[in-house]
Amino acid sequence: MTAFGYRLPAMSSLLIWALLWEIIGQMHLTFFVPPLSEVVVTLVRILPTPAFLKALYETAYAFLGGVTAAILIGIPVGIMMGKSRLLDELLLPWVNIFLSAPLTALVPVLMVLFGFGMTSIIITTTLFAIWIIILNARVGVMQINRSLIDMARSFGASPLEAFFKIYFWAALPEILGGVRIGIIRAVKGVIIGQLLISIVGFGALFELYSSNFLMGHFWAVLIVLFGLAFTISEFLAYLERRVAYYAAKR
Amino acid sequence: MLTPVPDPYMQHRPLLLKLLSAAIVFGAWEIAGRIPVSYAFPTFLESMEALVRLTLDGTMFKAYAETLKPLVLGVAISAVLGIGLGLWIGLSARFEWLFSPIFIVMQAAPLAALIPLLVMAYGIGLTSKVFVVCIMAMPVIVLNTAGAVRNTPVSLKEMGRSFLAGERAIIYKIVIPAASPVIFSGLRLGISAGFIGAILAELKITPTGVGDIISYSRSVADYPSMYAAIFSIILLAVLFLNLLERLENVLFEGNNRGYASD
Amino acid sequence: MPQTKPAAASSGAVPLDSAVSVRNVSKNYGAVEALKNLSLEFPRGELTSLLGPSGCGKTTLLKIIGGLLEPSAGEIEVNGKTVSGPGPDRAFVFQDFALLPWANVIRNVSFGLELRGVPKSEREAIAEKYIGNVGLSGFEKSYPHELSGGMRQRVGLARALSVDSKVLLLDEPFSAVDEQNRRKFQEDLLALVRNENKTFIFVTHSIEEAVYVSDQIAILLPRPSRVSEVIRPSGFREKDVENIRRDPEYLDIVDQIWSSLRTYAE
Repeated sequence: MTAFGYRLPAMSSLLIWALLWEIIGQMHLTFFVPPLSEVVVTLVRILPTPAFLKALYETAYAFLGGVTAAILIGIPVGIMMGKSRLLDELLLPWVNIFLSAPLTALVPVLMVLFGFGMTSIIITTTLFAIWIIILNARVGVMQINRSLIDMARSFGASPLEAFFKIYFWAALPEILGGVRIGIIRAVKGVIIGQLLISIVGFGALFELYSSNFLMGHFWAVLIVLFGLAFTISEFLAYLERRVAYYAAKR
Repeated sequence: MLTPVPDPYMQHRPLLLKLLSAAIVFGAWEIAGRIPVSYAFPTFLESMEALVRLTLDGTMFKAYAETLKPLVLGVAISAVLGIGLGLWIGLSARFEWLFSPIFIVMQAAPLAALIPLLVMAYGIGLTSKVFVVCIMAMPVIVLNTAGAVRNTPVSLKEMGRSFLAGERAIIYKIVIPAASPVIFSGLRLGISAGFIGAILAELKITPTGVGDIISYSRSVADYPSMYAAIFSIILLAVLFLNLLERLENVLFEGNNRGYASD
Repeated sequence: MPQTKPAAASSGAVPLDSAVSVRNVSKNYGAVEALKNLSLEFPRGELTSLLGPSGCGKTTLLKIIGGLLEPSAGEIEVNGKTVSGPGPDRAFVFQDFALLPWANVIRNVSFGLELRGVPKSEREAIAEKYIGNVGLSGFEKSYPHELSGGMRQRVGLARALSVDSKVLLLDEPFSAVDEQNRRKFQEDLLALVRNENKTFIFVTHSIEEAVYVSDQIAILLPRPSRVSEVIRPSGFREKDVENIRRDPEYLDIVDQIWSSLRTYAE
């Protein structure tokens, strides 16, 4: 998009939407949409409060815990599935099922099994992220160029050497792609978990705000959350582009 | 000379392994339930028994009639609006600049966080639930449609121009048919997200339908019924989405094979 | 002997009746000059090849003639009319076939007529005829992915023939076709030129292919693109297709072109 001969940056239209938000807010059309400026002021005010920092910390803790578990379990399982046909045939149907299943339905089970706390939220986050990580690692290993492996073997690489010097690196773009999508799903998972188990993190904060009709607070937290989620996703996309050069050349 | 005899084992291997895999998982579930690993972990057979009971006495059918209402409405609204907006964004650079950032942010953001706000604004009725399904399903439909339209092969569009197609003919006869496989898979992903939204709405906003069975049986510690309801909704979603995927492969057989390159 | 003439001479006198004239055409992409002040005549009823190393702008020139690209300067005349966009007087055959993957052969072949609003029964009758001409009878209901590369390009060719344009523009039509099919195609193309009374403009990067099928070969050199020479093979055109590749003149011209292009090979 260009205007008056200048190329407008990709996300610049958000400024127009922000302006629209401010105007609607100033017109006091609805109680639910306070002016953006008011929201920003609230945002600055609540950012350093202990309640907000606690929610942020709890969310980050659950998110990082869930993502770490998903990566540490998901990548090796995916690589093993890519290498072993038996394992692949046994596990793939389940991976596909959980990839498309509405995982929100499982949260009540986690709640009765693991209690209304952090553990359940971490497991929810892991469940949201892990399946796509497994699937991509599997695909990454399966599409490795045969001649690359033959080359390594003809030069006398041991199986272990072949694994670390060929398999991992050759599958890296797909693995990272899976991790990126997995992490975006984990962001949604951690929030869904907190909403349903609403005594920790932002889930608790939302309960507090909505029972007191604190609209400005609510929007402020939403802006922080959406901003963080978007930043994470863009950063991961950037990382993925850095390795994409050799994914395209195979 | 040896003539290859079809080995009955190798022939049915995929199916056999699927059955074996299901037997292992359900067997493990059964054993874990019998130990039991938790007072809240019924065996596989108990859960299936509850599922049969709830199905036979009609509870399940009533529940699904309730659950599918916001889902179907929400997905229908998202499909019409989402494909419309997506086409518009894909065809016009100005609209892309204006609208696509919103959907890119929505795609990355945990939109579930909007639910408390929706409840405050629209109450705890059907409207809020339809909204939840829409915000979950719409972004992927819009972005897939817009991306598909933008990625119409240049040579097909050039072909249309060189054979004197007008702007409209290019859109209706080339761009939309070329984009339809990706639009369809966007729709499938949207429905998948819609399921998440519909269940989330029933668990978070007010327990109705399947969400009601889950919440109620949990509160009275009837765990087999609770597991049965969860099992059924996951089964339903997975079967339906698989069906859509099959349909997709049949409908767009030629489009899916990258025929220009081989 | 082949008649070779420097490009400068050809722009002055016009010995033959030209179907297409390219006059002083330039094309710039930003600061990059893809074509610079290029002039060329395409005799009516003949096949002219645009031959040159990759990046020499031959496809750009073809797309300008087809009206798909605008020249930055200069003009194109087709049968005395200045080109301002795609027109019914020219039909295009694409390098990657550009077939609609969701449409069967008969719809693909009649697609050009469909866009011109020809009624269905009429356009399918015409398409049927050209499907037969290119040797695809019986495949009317097949889809592109069920056909081999060679057969797909026959569909593309039939589509271009069925709109009955006087000028056919072929953009490396055989580059995605395997060797055996390419040879068969080249033979068929010779018959087509003889029988159809159309003007063919043919872009290729294969010297042998250009010499084999052409009445006139324009050698283009890159950066910026210009016509370095125009060659008109004369001796072997009348021979039957089997013997062309053994003809001394054919071999001489291939050698001669190679010696002028070899410096551009990487």
